[in-house]
Amino acid sequence: MASEAKSEGLVFHPMDQFIVKPFFGSGSIEFYTFTNAAFWMMISVVMVIVLLVLATSRRSIVPSRAQSLAELAYGFVYKMVEDVAGKDGVAYFPYIMTLFMFIVCANFAGLLPMSFTTTSHIAVTAVMAMLVFLSVTILGFVKNGASFLSLFWISSAPLPLRPILALIEVISYFVRPISHSIRLAGNMMAGHAVIKVFAAFAGVALIAPLSIVAITAIYALEVLVSFIQAYVFAILTCVYLKDALHPHH
Amino acid sequence: MATPTTETISACVDSYGSAIGMPQLCGEWMSNQIFWLLITLMIIFVVLSRIALPRIATILTERQGTITNDIAAAEDLKAKAAAAEEAYQQALIDARAEAARIVEATKAEIKADLDAAMATADAEITEKAKASEAVIADIRSNAMASVEEVAKATAKELVAALGGKTDEKAINKAVDAHLKG
Repeated sequence: MASEAKSEGLVFHPMDQFIVKPFFGSGSIEFYTFTNAAFWMMISVVMVIVLLVLATSRRSIVPSRAQSLAELAYGFVYKMVEDVAGKDGVAYFPYIMTLFMFIVCANFAGLLPMSFTTTSHIAVTAVMAMLVFLSVTILGFVKNGASFLSLFWISSAPLPLRPILALIEVISYFVRPISHSIRLAGNMMAGHAVIKVFAAFAGVALIAPLSIVAITAIYALEVLVSFIQAYVFAILTCVYLKDALHPHH
Repeated sequence: MATPTTETISACVDSYGSAIGMPQLCGEWMSNQIFWLLITLMIIFVVLSRIALPRIATILTERQGTITNDIAAAEDLKAKAAAAEEAYQQALIDARAEAARIVEATKAEIKADLDAAMATADAEITEKAKASEAVIADIRSNAMASVEEVAKATAKELVAALGGKTDEKAINKAVDAHLKG
């Protein structure tokens, strides 16, 4: 997008794809401005609706391809919540499904050429991670009262070790939202930036074939990463939920 | 906050439209992203919890129900088939027994007929033998009488030929005595 301005030599602008711009026209970005970020978020909303609502609208006993994909997504997340967070975690399945579906759709939408990857932004992933962190912490205290704090007091460890372990546990607990959000944003950003760097190399005839092969390979990897990171985000949410529901080790 | 040189210029984008540093860390855009993210998540959550998830859950339970019913029906049919098979086998066994019984009865009947026929034949044979015996005895006695007659006649002729007197009474007496002796 900036190459017309400075086109001399190899130009790398791997980070330009992450710039947030107003979707219509230009101007300053207020919180309500409909930006490219907002647009691609809405695209993922549309993807979720197409996949989970329109595909299942026929409610057939023998599912179509799209419907079985929707059922697959449902079964996948449902089983994950049930297995990781336990039977009583199933009550929070819609929340985890919401996060998973948004992340997976946003990740895949972000893989489209010229698109904007909303999940590559810390602002987005951090909000989701903080939502998870705050709701899980509040839920833990509501469900277990003060005994939620026993999550940090490992009764199976030898007594002298417990205060040290408690300190470590508390630190790790508060680091959770940071790692939770940076893992997703970092993965998405890195992959897209690397593709962009290779794309810049494709402008040089000599190494263009190699570069295109590399783009293809990284793209395939990114498809995998897109799914895996959504899965990781969801399963970590389940793990945190399990800690909130059953804090006693 | 936008500087006048270009429209898109801000703290995070230089005058060429390129990013300054990491756009991810640009504080200017964060409120916008958070605002739209919350809207997005809310829409998805409402759509999922109100429409999609209950619907898929219904579909899955419905399918599970159908499968369970079908399996039950299949079990039922299987049991019926087994019963039919058993009945068939039973009928086969019964038919075999019946056939054997009929064979046995027929055999006995034939044997009785045969025995009766044999008995009549035996009786007939004995009767015929008896009659034959009587005939033979008759013939034998006749033969004896003829022998006597011939002997007497021969003796008479012999006596006559030898020049004796033919005393019939004496000759008969002698022949009788000889024959008895």
